[in-house]
Amino acid sequence: MNREEIILAIKDIITTIAPDEDVGSLKNDVRLREQIELDSMDFLDIVMELRKRYGVQVPEEDYKELATLDGCVAYLSPKLQGKVLKVGV
Amino acid sequence: MSEQRKYYKGSSDGKAPSSADPLEGVAERYDAIVIGSGLGGMTAANVLGKAGRRVLLVEQHYNFGGLATWFKRRGGHVFDISLHGFPIGMKKTCRKYWNSAIADSIVQLDGVRFDNPQFCFDTTFTAQDFAHKLETVFGLERARIDAFFAELRATDFYGDSGETTAAFFERHFPGRNDVHRLLMEPISYANGSTLDDPALSYRIVFGNFMSQGVYTFAGGTDQLVKAMKAELERQGVELRNKVQVEKIRVEGGRVTGIEAHGRFIACDAVVSNASLKGTVLGLVGAEHFTPEFAAGVQSVRLNTSSCQVYLGLAKGESIPFVTDLLFTSTRPTFTSEALCDFDGESRTFSFYYPKTRAGLDRYTIVSSTNARWEDWSKLSDAQYDAAKRRLIETTLLELERYVPGVTHKIEHTEAATPRTFQFYTQAPEGTSFGTKFEGLKYSMNIHDEIRGLFHAGSVGIIMSGWLGAANYGVIVANKCDAWLHALLEVHA
Repeated sequence: MNREEIILAIKDIITTIAPDEDVGSLKNDVRLREQIELDSMDFLDIVMELRKRYGVQVPEEDYKELATLDGCVAYLSPKLQGKVLKVGV
Repeated sequence: MSEQRKYYKGSSDGKAPSSADPLEGVAERYDAIVIGSGLGGMTAANVLGKAGRRVLLVEQHYNFGGLATWFKRRGGHVFDISLHGFPIGMKKTCRKYWNSAIADSIVQLDGVRFDNPQFCFDTTFTAQDFAHKLETVFGLERARIDAFFAELRATDFYGDSGETTAAFFERHFPGRNDVHRLLMEPISYANGSTLDDPALSYRIVFGNFMSQGVYTFAGGTDQLVKAMKAELERQGVELRNKVQVEKIRVEGGRVTGIEAHGRFIACDAVVSNASLKGTVLGLVGAEHFTPEFAAGVQSVRLNTSSCQVYLGLAKGESIPFVTDLLFTSTRPTFTSEALCDFDGESRTFSFYYPKTRAGLDRYTIVSSTNARWEDWSKLSDAQYDAAKRRLIETTLLELERYVPGVTHKIEHTEAATPRTFQFYTQAPEGTSFGTKFEGLKYSMNIHDEIRGLFHAGSVGIIMSGWLGAANYGVIVANKCDAWLHALLEVHA
């Protein structure tokens, strides 16, 4: 997956967790929690979905790497290499 | 765990012994076995099922739900056991981890009332209304109230100072026992915590309630658990009741399966929703843990248990709306210990009107007090029966103050004590609120001791109650799912 696809993957997961939030206007370099209502349980859901959809493991100590969309891209790029984007699952 | 258990006859007044094999048709192997169907166990099972794991959920009782349960009595009476009232967060939790139909059945209570010698009023149980009451009823300065709520909002689990709840209250509202009572009493009833427990756990739970008030399920606990069972079945989870697990088998520091009813069922992971002590010292056995861990679990303190009095109005009888939740006490001042008064000077009344169970035009009232195991465990049978009768009588007298003439409308009365809770839940000392705060770290780190073993029972106060229990089930299911995923990667 390339940068755009990873951002799309995260936004699609957020849509399933927080259906009332508008993910289209999310800024890549601002903390997600400052832009939309996401609590610690929601971040857990993102981690579980990443494992379910892409087989990616994010250990607890790395949860902080997912704070922004840019952070997600940097952290997940090597883990998602060669994986296919799945949206609307 | 192997001693003969005493059972009452029939399923209406006790746990019926199983005539059929409760494990008939169960497979030889699962990815995960969940022991116990409290809200934590059921939610963990559902999340694992949704993640595509093969899951078996076993429950020792004939009903699923743990303490989120109900019972029926002759005359068409249906009684809910758990105090009905949880924060709005339960709606989101149900939508994400159960389904939108369950989430949509969550409704706000119409009324919460306090009545004690220090103050008496109705409240929406929100930060806005509490701030208003603190200013107008208690006469506090606005700046002081705002500072309290500001600190509440800024609560950070990882920035804990070790302060007690009593010290936290004293820092904000020095010498104001009436204010401490307002802030503490409802939370003590909700999760068994006291003024001596950490301010951190208090702040998390109280903060959750203060966001939007107190909520409940329309339809009653029976409908909720029915809907949850249907969802579990949709996720392919195998559900079995009346299963008494005897052992969690461990070989080479790793879980291999469970033993129950003379059978061994293999699995890669066990999520125990049984009590922490029952899991470590009973189901697994202390010898499988490092001595420090086993000794640590041994020393974890338990929260208190409960007494409840169930009052059912005869068919055709009714009462006017009083409130939904009534926190009442005749004690002049507040102490945490007083909530466990043997003679029940302090109690909560939960009123159930026909709105609770649509179509069933009935009224029931459940009185709850916190209670100590040691006050009830040592009584002889005759003393025990007399104490239960006295509890019912004093409860009716107290209720008459709010609903004059209600006694003559009541057809069914029944009392539950710490002994009752112990019998039905198998929790040590009948604790209805799990362990004190120190139990949390043992529950969360159990997988570091035995691979494939996870615990999602009531621990540490914050993982107790409806919302805490369900969310803890998700947190633990995530760890369990990660372990199962890692095993698959190794095999591949």
